[in-house]
Amino acid sequence: MLAFILRRLGTMVLTMLCLTMVVFYMVNLEPNLRKLSISQLDMRSSDEHIEQWLVKNGFRENFFVRYGQWLGVVKRVPVINPETGQAEMRFKACPQPNEPYFGGILQGEFGCSTKFKVPVENKLWPALGATGILMFWVMVTMVPISLLIGVLAGMREGSRTDRTLSVASITTTATPEYVSGVIFTVIFASWLGWLNGSAASATGQGITFYNFTLPVMTMAIYAIGYIARMTRASMVEVMTQQYIRTARLKGLSFSSVVMKHALRNALIAPFTVIMLQFPWLLTGVVIVETMFRYQGFGFTLVEAAGNNDIDLLLACSLVSVFVVLFTQLISDIGYAYLNPRIRVQ
Amino acid sequence: MQLEYIGAFQIVLRVLGHFWPVWLALALVLGVSLRFRKRLGLYGDLFSTGVGIAGVFICLFWLFTAIFSTIIAPFDPLSQVAVMKDALPGAVVPDGSGVYLFGGDKLARDVFSRMVYGSRIVMIIAPFATLFALMVGITLGLPAGYYGGRIDSFLSFLANLVLAFPVILLFYLLVTPEIRELSFDSWFSQLTGIGVSIPRTLAAVFFIFPVVFFFALFYTRFKKRPERLYLLLGLTLLIGGWVYLGLVFDADPLGVIRIDPNELNIFVAVVFASSPGVFRIVRGLVMDIKTRDYVAAAQTRGETPWYIMLWEVLPNARGPLIVDACLRIGYTTILLGTLGYFGLGLAPESPDWGTAIKDSSRLLRSFIHPALPPVFALMSFVLGLNLLADALREQSLKD
Repeated sequence: MLAFILRRLGTMVLTMLCLTMVVFYMVNLEPNLRKLSISQLDMRSSDEHIEQWLVKNGFRENFFVRYGQWLGVVKRVPVINPETGQAEMRFKACPQPNEPYFGGILQGEFGCSTKFKVPVENKLWPALGATGILMFWVMVTMVPISLLIGVLAGMREGSRTDRTLSVASITTTATPEYVSGVIFTVIFASWLGWLNGSAASATGQGITFYNFTLPVMTMAIYAIGYIARMTRASMVEVMTQQYIRTARLKGLSFSSVVMKHALRNALIAPFTVIMLQFPWLLTGVVIVETMFRYQGFGFTLVEAAGNNDIDLLLACSLVSVFVVLFTQLISDIGYAYLNPRIRVQ
Repeated sequence: MQLEYIGAFQIVLRVLGHFWPVWLALALVLGVSLRFRKRLGLYGDLFSTGVGIAGVFICLFWLFTAIFSTIIAPFDPLSQVAVMKDALPGAVVPDGSGVYLFGGDKLARDVFSRMVYGSRIVMIIAPFATLFALMVGITLGLPAGYYGGRIDSFLSFLANLVLAFPVILLFYLLVTPEIRELSFDSWFSQLTGIGVSIPRTLAAVFFIFPVVFFFALFYTRFKKRPERLYLLLGLTLLIGGWVYLGLVFDADPLGVIRIDPNELNIFVAVVFASSPGVFRIVRGLVMDIKTRDYVAAAQTRGETPWYIMLWEVLPNARGPLIVDACLRIGYTTILLGTLGYFGLGLAPESPDWGTAIKDSSRLLRSFIHPALPPVFALMSFVLGLNLLADALREQSLKD
């Protein structure tokens, strides 16, 4: 087991290195750098001026040197102001030490956000916290509902309950967040007026049922159908097993067979599916937070990408790639742990 | 100025009336399919369940809407009639040119016509992108599953790399105007005078796969019959090369096949995002199928590995692949909507559903009518595809 986890961790680190390198390359393409330097200088800067700025700030160094600086294995050289002898603020916003220093991901420094004019950490962690709250409520609603639907549908295959629930879950998988968000807003905010169509107030005034239900609902609904279908398939398979028939034949009631014998085995597969949903949930977070103006991770990502905020976008990518890989790892370990047939090997 | 309105019943009647070419085509196709369903194989079997009929009906509805959109739509999707700004459904255009059946949007364009034209963009990009993703996934998944070992580890690692990338981030990085800028610095551009950009390079890589696929397909089968082989290989090269030149380099000598740089960008991004999924499925299927007796028989006969992969394994993997393709077209439609929703790649005035949802969802507090048609259009099409996939899965499990 330990060797398995170590091997998986190794692959994970390698994958992250590869992916961050790709992202680093993409956000540092020539047009992006030009835009950055123009935003730091002014609109009418000449080409030489721009080139000068890029050289001075180290953007013209070798790709791997710069990637190493971002990682924190190569020293960053601050730009020293010749008049004061002090280091200039990076992007006119973040202070830097006067000597060359290691300032990268490994040291916990994510760089400087040009859009928000603060170090990336100051923006990233609060945003992640806000998204964490959203995700918590999404999970709290999504997991029980989808498991319940799946178990109810899969308990008696082909029954009317099964068919109704199956069509319902197919419908929710056909409804991406930007569609269900609009429909729910129209029904609950514009028409009935029960809920707030914007979660912008959640950041300042705290979360209430009034402003937070719509985002949670919108995000949960897309994944509910998918997890419910997986649970149903798994449940249907379990219900045809010999041990279920044995339990029935020895005179147990249907409900206790389902509760005691079927459920535990049927829930192994949905567990992995829920964990593997995270990449999709990340996309959902971005859509929902943009739609309802909730200042979380997704909102930050869109702002960073839309405003060519290189360091912030890199940090966002790092976080999302880490979340995806980490949940994959948990899903694998959890599957091996939950499934006795694999655990024994 | 006061606008005149027609009643709700009138609106429904007129909408149904505008779709007349679709009803006609649907009646023809469904009639013929029902009549000969016994002889149509898997497609005919779909008509034995309600879910299957519903799926076929919805998918064909949007397909025909896309084909006949110039006849159906009463207005041009981009034309603006100033007085019709935010007009409610059923508003009559004062100059007597028609009725805004589903109202006007914030730029005074007809919502109904835009919805109808929006189906075109989806119908062009989604199925073809899925087809290319299938080609890439199959061509790489077959050897990975069949040979296993190093090839498998390497290709799987690459696939996992792409899969670990959140789709939305991929799109933000891969679908931007900056990335489409052509650069002429590389040795290739200096040699040929053709500019290089990341979407173009990716397109050049991806679009080679169909050609390779068909090449291998024909070569393995007709190796011993040169007269057929040369003809088929020649045709593959000719058609493949023609499409390749047109799509990748925008240099079709006849000028028939061309694609806008931004559409190519979207196309490539979507293929890039969905081919690892196909790869995984194909790989899994091949690993399962290669243990069957007929594969062992072919191996004993001394067939080449590629012959076995393409002519023994692949035909037997078609059931799950067709189901997956259906689901994947739906998923691609959702991805296109996402792109439109974030305003990536597509032109801001483009009538596609995602862009329409983006534009209207910001104004939901004041007007809800421009948001609903694209929302229900997108939902119903994806639902139709999912129902179709569900019915297909059930039918193929029966065999």
